[in-house]
Amino acid sequence: MSTDTIDDTDRTPTGGFAAEPVSKVGDRVFSGLSRGAGIIILVTLAGVAMFLVWNAMPALTASSKEIGPGGDEGNGKGFLSYVGTLAFGTVWAALLALLIAVPFGVAIALYISHYAPKRLSRTLGYVIDLLAAIPSVVYGLWGIFVLAPTMADHVYPWFSDHLGFVPMFSGKVLASGRSMATVALVLAVMILPIITAISREVFLQTPRLNEEAALALGATRWEMIRIAVLPYGKSGVISGAMLGLGRALGETMAVALILAPANVYSLKLFTSQNPNTIAANIALQFPESTGLEVNTLIATGLVLFAITLFVNLMSRRAARGNIF
Amino acid sequence: MTNENIAEHTVEPMSAADANTEHRITVRGLNIFYGKFRAVADVDMDIEPQSVTALIGPSGCGKSTFLRSLNRMHEVIDNATVEGTVQINGVDLYGPKIDPVQVRRKIGMVFQRPNPFPTMSIAENVLAGKRLNQRRIKKDEADQVIEQALRDSNLWEEVKDRLDAPGGGLSGGQQQRLCIARAIAVEPEVLLMDEPCSALDPISTLAIEQLMLQLRRKYTIVIVTHNMQQAARVSERTAFFNIEGTGKPGRLIEMDTTEVMFANPTQQATQDYVTGRFG
Ligand SMILES: Nc1ncnc2c1ncn2[C@@H]1O[C@H](COP(=O)(O)OP(=O)(O)OP(=O)(O)O)[C@@H](O)[C@H]1O
Ligand SMILES: [Mg+2]
Repeated sequence: MSTDTIDDTDRTPTGGFAAEPVSKVGDRVFSGLSRGAGIIILVTLAGVAMFLVWNAMPALTASSKEIGPGGDEGNGKGFLSYVGTLAFGTVWAALLALLIAVPFGVAIALYISHYAPKRLSRTLGYVIDLLAAIPSVVYGLWGIFVLAPTMADHVYPWFSDHLGFVPMFSGKVLASGRSMATVALVLAVMILPIITAISREVFLQTPRLNEEAALALGATRWEMIRIAVLPYGKSGVISGAMLGLGRALGETMAVALILAPANVYSLKLFTSQNPNTIAANIALQFPESTGLEVNTLIATGLVLFAITLFVNLMSRRAARGNIF
Repeated sequence: MTNENIAEHTVEPMSAADANTEHRITVRGLNIFYGKFRAVADVDMDIEPQSVTALIGPSGCGKSTFLRSLNRMHEVIDNATVEGTVQINGVDLYGPKIDPVQVRRKIGMVFQRPNPFPTMSIAENVLAGKRLNQRRIKKDEADQVIEQALRDSNLWEEVKDRLDAPGGGLSGGQQQRLCIARAIAVEPEVLLMDEPCSALDPISTLAIEQLMLQLRRKYTIVIVTHNMQQAARVSERTAFFNIEGTGKPGRLIEMDTTEVMFANPTQQATQDYVTGRFG
C-alpha cells in the first residue's frame, strides 16, 4: 500500500468523516417498535369505532316507534329522544363532579407542593394516590350505604330549605339520597386523585427562579403562588381536569349502583327525577335487552365514545396551552 | 476597616436624621448558615447610601449568600438562617417585629439570570411588584409607572410598541433590563444585584452599567460581580470576600473605596485577587 492512496482517502470530500452513516440498529429497532405500537393503537381505535357504528346502524336507521329498550319511557319517541336525556345526564354528572373536584384538587396539590412540611406532604401524596386505587364498585357501595343516607338526612334538606330558590336545589328531597348530588359527589372523589396528582406535579416544577422573583418583590407565599405558580401550572391543571372529566364521563359501576334514574332532562340535584348516564344505563339495561334494543344501547355507546373523544382532544389542546 | 475608612467617618459625621433619608446599611457580626454549614462568618460592613458598592471575591466565598441576607431572601431556602444584625436607617431588618415581606418590598433584587414572569406581558411584569401593594391601579398611573421604570432601565425605546407582548419573548439582555424595571418600579430604597451582567453581551452590559450610574443618584446599590473592570467602572466602594478553603466560611477581607482597593489595598490577598494572580 503506498502512502499516496492513504493521502487520497484523506482528501475525499467527506473531509475525513466516514461516508457510510454510523450504524443505527438500535435507533431503527426502537423506532420500528414504537411505530408498531402506535399503529396497533390506531387500528384498535378504528376497530372499536367500526364495531360501534356497525352495530349501532340498525338503531340509527330504525323508525322512531321501534326504539326503547326494556319498554321504558323512551319507548316510541325515537333514538335521539332516547339518547338525549342520557347524554345530558352523562355530561351534567361529569361537569358537576369536575366543579367540585377541581377546587379541592388544586387546593390539596398546592398544600402538598408549597405549604406542607416535607414528610407530611409525602404521606399526603401517598394517600391521594391510594384513593385512585379503590375500585369503583367500592365507591358505589360506599355511596349507597354511607354517603347517600347521610347527605339525605343532614345536608340536602338544609340546601333545599335555605337555598331552594336556586333551581338546582329546588324540589322534594329524595329520602334515599340516591340522587344526582350523591352521584356527583362520588364521581368527584373518584377523579380527585388524578387532578391532584397532575396539579401537584406541575406545581412542583415551577422554576425556582420565578418563585424567587416573586418573593424578592415582597410577595407573601399566597401572592407568590398567584403570580408564579398558578400561571405556570395552569395548563397542567386544565389537562388534569380534562382527564378527570374523561373518567367521570365513562364511570359506570358507581353511577349504576347509586342513581335512581328517570328519563328526564332535569338540573335538580336532590329529587327522584334524575337523568341517567349513558354508561350506567347500558350496564343496567343490557342483561334484559335483545335484538334492536341491544343495537340501541350500542348506539348510545357510540355517542359516549364521541363525547369522550372530544374531551380527550380538548385536553390535548389544553395541555399545549391552545385554549383558554 | 482601614484607617482611611475611619477617617472618612470622623470627617463626615452623620446625624440620625440624615441617615434616615439616605438608607445607609450597617451590618454587624453577621453569620450566615445553610443548616449547620456556616457559609459566611463575622461580617461587619457599612454600605454608603446613594452609591454603588461592589462585592468581589472568588467563587463560593459567599457573595450571593451575603447579598441575599440583606433583603432576607436568604431565609426562603430550607433551613437557611442568619445571626447578627443588618440595620437600615437604624432599624434591624432581623428584629423580632420585622416582616420579611415588608423588607423585600423596600429592598429590591435583580438576579444573575433574568427571571421575568413568562406568562405576563411586559407591562404587567413591570407592574407586578406595584400590584402587591395596590390591587387596583388607575390606567394613567399605571402607564406612567411603566414608562418611567422602562425609561430608567433603558428599555423603553425597544419595547414601547409591544408592551402587551409576553415578557418571556424578549432577548436575554432585554429580559434582564425588564427585571431591573420591575425592581425599580416599586421605588425601593436599596437595589441588590447579583452578577446582573454575567449572561449578557457587551452592549447590554454597557447599557446596564450606565443605568447603574444613573440609578445611584436615587438608590443605594449593591452589586456582586466577577468582572474587575466592571467593579472599577461602576462602583465607588468595593468589598473583597475570601475563603480559606472548602468547608470554611467566607469572610470579608477588606473594604475601601474602589480606587484604593484596586491601586493600593492593604491586604496581600486583595492585591492578588484584583491583579488576577489569585490561587
Ligand atoms: N442553597 C444552598 N444550600 C447549601 N449551601 C449553599 C447553598 N447556596 C450556596 N451554598 C454554599 O454557600 C457557600 C457560598 O455560596 P455563594 O453562592 O454565596 O457563593 P458566591 O460567592 O456567590 O459564588 P459565585 O461567585 O460562584 O456565585 C458555598 O460554599 C456554597 O456551596
Ligand atoms: Mg453567586
